[in-house]
Amino acid sequence: MCGIVGLFAKKENISTNLGVHLSKMLESMSDRGPDSAGLAIYGKPLASKTKITVQSGSPKHDFQKLKKFLSAKKEISFSFKIHSTHAVIKLDVKQKGQVTKLINDTFPNLRILSVGKKMEIYKEIGKPAEVVKRFAIAKMKGSHGIGHTRMATESAVTTLGAHPFSTGEDQCLVHNGSLSNHNSLRRELIRKEMTFETENDSEVAASFITYKMNSGKTLKEALESALVELDGFYTFVVGTENGFGVLRDPIACKPAVLAETPDYVAFGSEYRALTSLPEIEKAKVWEPEPATVYFWGH
Amino acid sequence: MHILDFNKLSLRDINKTLQGSDKNSFFSIRNPKGSHALAVGINKKITVEVVGSVGYYCAGMNKFSDIKVEGSAGPGLGENMMSGNIHVTGDVSQYAGASGHGGSILVDGNASSRCGISMKGVDIIVKGNVGHMSAFMAQRGNLVIFGDAGHALGDSIYEANIYVAGEVASLGADCIEKKMTKKHLSNLENILSNAYVSDYNPDTFRRFGSARSLYNFNVDNAKIY
Repeated sequence: MCGIVGLFAKKENISTNLGVHLSKMLESMSDRGPDSAGLAIYGKPLASKTKITVQSGSPKHDFQKLKKFLSAKKEISFSFKIHSTHAVIKLDVKQKGQVTKLINDTFPNLRILSVGKKMEIYKEIGKPAEVVKRFAIAKMKGSHGIGHTRMATESAVTTLGAHPFSTGEDQCLVHNGSLSNHNSLRRELIRKEMTFETENDSEVAASFITYKMNSGKTLKEALESALVELDGFYTFVVGTENGFGVLRDPIACKPAVLAETPDYVAFGSEYRALTSLPEIEKAKVWEPEPATVYFWGH
Repeated sequence: MHILDFNKLSLRDINKTLQGSDKNSFFSIRNPKGSHALAVGINKKITVEVVGSVGYYCAGMNKFSDIKVEGSAGPGLGENMMSGNIHVTGDVSQYAGASGHGGSILVDGNASSRCGISMKGVDIIVKGNVGHMSAFMAQRGNLVIFGDAGHALGDSIYEANIYVAGEVASLGADCIEKKMTKKHLSNLENILSNAYVSDYNPDTFRRFGSARSLYNFNVDNAKIY
């Protein structure tokens, strides 16, 4: 099954409470995905700074070690904030490449979940209510965010198998459905030097979109080529620096509901996900068409 | 009128009350908040109004009762209904009226894909558009579409009638346009008048049905099975 939620703030009253709204929306989708949950939150960008979100299975030990290691490098100035099993490192955008390489080379137990000016990704196994509490999502503010509750079908219940999957800087994807040609597509992408952390089909979709965008396609073009090359069932919601997009496969048996008011655009796998939003009774609510790319941006 | 409020009662309590109520009772359901499986399995003549949008499988297996949703409905509205009337003032999601045997469904807004899939006698009236593969393998009954129909309308259809006033994106296998005879025109008028729909021009409707070229069953072979 799986549940997806998304919220795009048009006004400040929504962005200041983004975490509160997304937490409620995600919890309402617990029946659709009780085994793991995750969110990508797009906060305020800091001038010439970037954020790296890392995850660890033994955070106490690993994060202390990482912090010490980075502090020893005099040329790197950074801030370090721990949220349970995740840590967000803020640093100068120029040092991004060096630090990601250092983490990958020196800390095999750490996983970089996201890199970007605005985006932070939080995901863990457990019930959605536990996951949002663990990361104190309700306190977070931001311009937009997307979330996912997972009911694993074709690969293991692990932190890295949870969504969202980062598809590049400030980009991520969540998926409801199952892909049938993910193994062959993964092999093809590996030949094109893409790397994978899991056996998960959704990671292949994320990697496919990253690959297309790295080769110069726009998000819209990348999603349109997904319609041609991905075989299976999917409702995708993709987050970018400026907003989010929605795509359903041509058969469209995976559910999707959109709602728009002067204050926000919201996505839910079901209408239940939207009922906690302000003035939902007055919102324009509709079902996105199959094989059609939708996008809202700031 | 009895008010049943989701802020005070559970779904199970509400459904139990509806299913166990006296004939001709009138219920108003408040704050449904997209709940699933509301007002399912009712088998007596009662009237239910739902103020707000509902989730999956609302009014499934309905028999005799009149159910009105003032809002939109999720997938599987009125699935396998036997009789009675369902009216949704907003939109409905996938497979509304699936395998319905009888009664009628009126949708003021749009219906999504697979509307009336495998319908077996139900009348479905959609004032807006319907999505792809509507009336797939439809066996009996009528699907009346005031707006446009998506791709593969009436794929592998048996004996149901489809009436469309708008555009048809494409017809499915074995579905063809048929002549609107006097008999079919009066059938259409009957269906609409039974649902109290009067604001329409019957001349704008076209009729679609089965070419019957996929029929392979021969009654002479029945003893083989």
